[in-house]
Amino acid sequence: MSEEKQEEKKEKKGFFARLKQGLTKTRDNIVRGIDSVFSGFSSIDDDFYEELEEILIMGDIGVNATGDILERLKREVKEKHVKEPSGCKQLLIESIREQMQVDTAAYDFEQEKSVIMVIGVNGVGKTTSVGKLAGRLKESGRKVLIAAADTFRAAAGDQLAEWARRAEVPMVGGSEGADPASVVYDAVTAAKARGVDVLLIDTAGRLHNKKNLMEELRKMNRIIDREFPDAHRENLIVLDGTTGQNALVQAREFGEVAELTGIILTKMDGTAKGGIAVAIQSELNIPVKYIGVGEGIEDLQRFDADEFVNALFDVSGEEDGDD
Amino acid sequence: MAFESLTDKLQRVFRNLRSKGRLTEEDVRAALREVKMALLEADVNFKVVKQFIKAVEERAIGQDVMNGLNPGQMVIKIVNEEMIALMGSETTEITMQPGKAVTVIMMAGLQGAGKTTAVAKIAGKLKTKGKKSLLAACDIYRPAAIEQLQINGRKQEVDVFEMGTDHKPVEIARSAIAHAEKNGHNVVILDTAGRLHIDEDMMAELQEIKAGVAVHQTLLVVDAMTGQDAVNVAKEFDEKVGIDGVVLSKMDGDTRGGAALSIKAVTGKPILYVSMGEKLSDLEQFYPDRMANRILGMGDVLSLIEKAQENIDIDEEKSREMAGRMKKGKFDFEDYLESLKQMRNMGGLSSILGMLPGMGIKSADIDSEASDRQLRQSEAIVLSMTKAERRNPKLLNPQRKYRIAKGAGVDVAVVNRFVKQFEQSQKVMKQLGGGGKHGRGMFGGFPGRKGGFPF
Ligand SMILES: Nc1nc2c(ncn2[C@@H]2O[C@H](COP(=O)(O)OP(=O)(O)O)[C@@H](O)[C@H]2O)c(=O)[nH]1
Ligand SMILES: [Mg+2]
Repeated sequence: MSEEKQEEKKEKKGFFARLKQGLTKTRDNIVRGIDSVFSGFSSIDDDFYEELEEILIMGDIGVNATGDILERLKREVKEKHVKEPSGCKQLLIESIREQMQVDTAAYDFEQEKSVIMVIGVNGVGKTTSVGKLAGRLKESGRKVLIAAADTFRAAAGDQLAEWARRAEVPMVGGSEGADPASVVYDAVTAAKARGVDVLLIDTAGRLHNKKNLMEELRKMNRIIDREFPDAHRENLIVLDGTTGQNALVQAREFGEVAELTGIILTKMDGTAKGGIAVAIQSELNIPVKYIGVGEGIEDLQRFDADEFVNALFDVSGEEDGDD
Repeated sequence: MAFESLTDKLQRVFRNLRSKGRLTEEDVRAALREVKMALLEADVNFKVVKQFIKAVEERAIGQDVMNGLNPGQMVIKIVNEEMIALMGSETTEITMQPGKAVTVIMMAGLQGAGKTTAVAKIAGKLKTKGKKSLLAACDIYRPAAIEQLQINGRKQEVDVFEMGTDHKPVEIARSAIAHAEKNGHNVVILDTAGRLHIDEDMMAELQEIKAGVAVHQTLLVVDAMTGQDAVNVAKEFDEKVGIDGVVLSKMDGDTRGGAALSIKAVTGKPILYVSMGEKLSDLEQFYPDRMANRILGMGDVLSLIEKAQENIDIDEEKSREMAGRMKKGKFDFEDYLESLKQMRNMGGLSSILGMLPGMGIKSADIDSEASDRQLRQSEAIVLSMTKAERRNPKLLNPQRKYRIAKGAGVDVAVVNRFVKQFEQSQKVMKQLGGGGKHGRGMFGGFPGRKGGFPF
């Protein structure tokens, strides 16, 4: 069994190996939890569901999303006449997997002329993600420009400049205290003039409950729409995978000022349970497009629901037994 | 609004409680299950919640939850007290070395927690107390981390020590302390790189600093928005490096900050500061009661409980008398006036309805002014009665009612309706009173807006 697993891991290396590696602890926790539940119960009863509820909540999935998942699970268990806790586990995995599927069109922007604004609260990993994304797109042959529209935080421009250097892409803007809207304007103008494929805009961290900062963001978003109407637009919100239920609020509030097209979920190399991603999918229907799994330039992965759920529950090598 | 607050949640819970009237053990359990869910939504760690709920349950069921205040308020009171108890008693300060000795403070935490910002804020705070700080740039990894610290230092007019990115953090720390001793600094604050608690090499780096130089205070900076993982982070940092206190960052957001409760519960280490904003001055002391309030989100209710308690203490005697008569169905208009008085002491119906979790009424969705108006009208009616009439409602014949209506400036139909409702309430009270051991106070006799009581 474990040999099989090893082989499988090798096969998948280079794609989700890193994530899986990062998620080991998470997976272990959840799997251990799940397994103990499934083995500790001989039948599917209220106590069993209650235990499941606890485990899902412990994974930051949140009370509401957990409720939805369990409701669906109960319905299916009934419809399909599932009697064994282990069969219930398969249903649970399937249900979350289904919920987390990302449309392939989600990555169209990588191949088109696009302007991507990267937004989120303080310290979640915006600048790092812009750097990683720039590296990734540059690698695939795109002509990338990055704009340093965080003119607020001390040395933010220097930090992004270092990422521009690492990704080997040019950068515009970045002087502290400058008007971020004008940086955006200049960047769009430069992108058009230089025939850039992808313009990545790093923005200052802002808490979603700060009205004027959110208005500033709205303005920046409008400028891009107005100045570059032909471009494929993306607004990616960066969420720290360690964040609890507030991440939902963040996504909701940022979406109010700049329509969100996707999520970058960072710091998934820690013990943060990817559960928050499930909650977000479930409650806001915004796809997670990338996952940050480290501080290196290569530590950004496309989000893949199958791999994600597999890593989460580690069902490899167990599936054949069922069905 | 953006999210259903814990207040709303608890209000819903306690509305359900109220509607059941008297509480059974199962009721308390059911309610606490909801409280549990609400706390989880505030990101308090599941295990902490479980432990916490158990403590509250033990107290709530063991005690006379149904006495004094109304049951919902009583439970909130216990929840609040237990939370404050769990979060630690009073505010603590960073312990300084005596005399001229240099105090070394090391900051630690996950990536993006807000360490660099906190470093500068603490230095600024210490400066107002006459301490001269030196900030040591020990984050040699993140691009522009040193520049960020330098700029923050300049803004606070605090010195910054750096050796670039080619020296080990422990060496930088050692040199910084030597520099501080030579240059008359009282405090050295080490700004370390953000790291994952499961990153063995990086955790070893912090251990190395602690082994290499005398660190007097290790402060863990934690993002207030952290979810269930907060306990793992805090525990690992505490076990591997050893922490003396916690700084809670990004508290100016709208997170309930349940992580604070979790961290305190698993480490037992005091939360020293909360970081409330982007300005370097926005560093505040930590107050457990305020934090409990925030996590519970029920400040208004808590102050109501306080008021109610005072009120009940004063009027306990009268309440007991009243309750005795209530039981026998002898509650009269004099008692009614007394109830009104008590209620007025607490700020009137509209403010009480607004504050009561049990009512679950937002000022927006009731016409509380109309209710207050109605209350005043009822009072006017009673005041237009003679003392004998108030003591013995049976005296009220049509003639007397007509006189009373004139006195109160209302239609006689209003008086009729009022008296009728009053009689019905008497019956209800008699039934309720039969089973009750104690007086239920004025809140107990307050069956709600649509109840039989003639408000
Ligand atoms: N472990 C880990 N750290 C990350 C990840 N993404 C960003 N970081 C770190 O988080 C911190 C804050 O990142 P930064 O990009 O400056 O955040 P910003 O304020 O949103 O721009 C830095 O120390 C980054 O190195 C990730 O996926 N994993
Ligand atoms: Mg940034």
